[in-house]
Amino acid sequence: MIEPDRILEIVAAPDAGSAPGGLLLDAREVTKAFGGLVAVNRVDFAVPEHSIVSLIGPNGAGKTTFFNVVAGLYHPTSGAITFAGQDITGRKPHEIARLGIARTFQNIRIFANMTALENVLIGMHSRLTADPVRIVMNTAGVVREERAAHDAAHRLLTFVGLGRRDHELAKNLPYGDQRRLEIARALALRPRLILLDEPAAGMNPEEARRLMEFIRRLRGELRVSVLLIEHQMRVVMGVADRVTVLDHGEKIAEGTPDEIRRDSRVIEAYLGKAALS
Amino acid sequence: MARGGAGWLGWILRYRYALLILLLFLAYPLFDHNAGHVNSAADAAVFILLALGLNIVVGFAGLLDLGYAAFFAIGSYAYALAASPFYGLHLPFWPMLLVAAIIAGVFGALLGAPTLRLRGDYLAIVTLGFGEIVPTVFLNLPKYTGGTNGIVGIYQPTLFGYQFGFNPRPYYYTLILVIVLSVIAILRLRDSRLGRAWLAIREDEIAAASMGINLTTTKLLAFSFGAFFSGFAGALYVAKLGIVSPDQFNFTVSFTVLAMVVLGGMGNVFGVIAGAAILYEFQTLFLTDLTQWSHAIGEATRIALLTKLDFVNLKFLLYGLGLILLMLLRPEGLFPARRITAIMKEHQHEALATVEIGEAPVAVPPGEDA
Repeated sequence: MIEPDRILEIVAAPDAGSAPGGLLLDAREVTKAFGGLVAVNRVDFAVPEHSIVSLIGPNGAGKTTFFNVVAGLYHPTSGAITFAGQDITGRKPHEIARLGIARTFQNIRIFANMTALENVLIGMHSRLTADPVRIVMNTAGVVREERAAHDAAHRLLTFVGLGRRDHELAKNLPYGDQRRLEIARALALRPRLILLDEPAAGMNPEEARRLMEFIRRLRGELRVSVLLIEHQMRVVMGVADRVTVLDHGEKIAEGTPDEIRRDSRVIEAYLGKAALS
Repeated sequence: MARGGAGWLGWILRYRYALLILLLFLAYPLFDHNAGHVNSAADAAVFILLALGLNIVVGFAGLLDLGYAAFFAIGSYAYALAASPFYGLHLPFWPMLLVAAIIAGVFGALLGAPTLRLRGDYLAIVTLGFGEIVPTVFLNLPKYTGGTNGIVGIYQPTLFGYQFGFNPRPYYYTLILVIVLSVIAILRLRDSRLGRAWLAIREDEIAAASMGINLTTTKLLAFSFGAFFSGFAGALYVAKLGIVSPDQFNFTVSFTVLAMVVLGGMGNVFGVIAGAAILYEFQTLFLTDLTQWSHAIGEATRIALLTKLDFVNLKFLLYGLGLILLMLLRPEGLFPARRITAIMKEHQHEALATVEIGEAPVAVPPGEDA
């Protein structure tokens, strides 16, 4: 591990565009319908700055669909999303990524046939400035920029604990390392908000505990806000400031982990009516 | 990849084999006094340039383009129209070489634009269409392009008063120089942020877009650079030949260049050079020789069949057989890029044991986790 302030230089987003009311992400009445199926129904959802919030719900509740709407993979059927005061509704994925929202995927989507280092360099793509003409001329500026980018990518890999795997093809990394690599790649965007889609899936309790610690470091050391979809309740309850529960595309509860734990509608959604009687 | 720390020396060491082969090719016309052979080597060099360009589109960015001959045609006509009695223009060759490449590159982006949303088979079909449309347009606009007669009497290049004429040697050396410069440019592109973005969209478009890569510009740049190098090839090709007509750019050209890329190893710059050289010499020299040997053997042994065989006419049958064998024995090509080997092995494992993948789902088909 390396000292936090060095890594801050690499990943800290410029604090440009302050968030109105302290809300970094503000989604209002977001609806996404696929034909007749309403996957997300008029959901209000907000992520305060420097917070860790979690989105939970049974399978098929619309969590990932909501993620994909925020990240620009789907256009919302209706509703509006603002990020750091800017309207991002219906923008393209790469534009949203460049504004400072990075994500990971439920089924890891690293670039399998590229090295770990190259994966992270892709995350830096939009910050690098070399254009084709200068690349072909191999100008001093391009050489310098590439060298700095390789160096920064290596330090990011070190930050997530992959400092010795720079030149390993991503597909050859063990599963847990692939998840870390995906997070390192997302951090390379210098996001202000990172969306983690089930990062603890397939992890044993010890790995999950280390992941919780890591998520806290993201906020503590890198000052990145975290929006977390997770099925392992231990992880959600352990790291999230606030939890929102979706069921059948609708928001059924919102509150601190303790409030959610006691909420009867949540218990019903997860365990069925019988559990309450 | 990190650059060789020792500057020039490191660079020379890294590419020592390529440089050695380059020296051999530079020396070759000094030993072979048969102008026909040198001419055929120059034609092979044209195809090497084409294969280098197509490799950017197919090998780097993973966009299957079956109509690449269209850009070869556009580059060829760009020079032919600018330096022939047809319009009475005589623009100088050297600047036109670059202009032809730029025109081809612009058309690469223009014809690439409608295909941006397409992938795989659909992309292949649409590019196949463009590959047929472009020569047909040249064929059916006789007022502007000479139609079926094409354009004749294209002016030959001069360099400081030296006339290139019909001697293949100066063309051969010019082509080698252009290839060397192209290879340097392509290697630099490959190792840049743009080259990485090409690989990323080949791997997973959704993940690439989510990482801030603009799919539209990245793909258009791939089409455009791919076409750019075919513009060099076109201008040099028609300058050497002195004539251009639409039938020089039919589907077999697109197909042959693609076969060269696949044979050499998609994504490997030096591999596709070898693939192009091997395939071109195979079809021009080897098949002619083989026909002669077969006739000689047939006459000596009095086997009538052998005296009647003409292997040059059987070219595409042999291509087909060769490609089948290649796909069975070495699907990643003769000189695969490291990554392609990895991808091919992955597909093999998937085919053999889908159960075994277990806890590490690496290759997610696009759109799956939506």
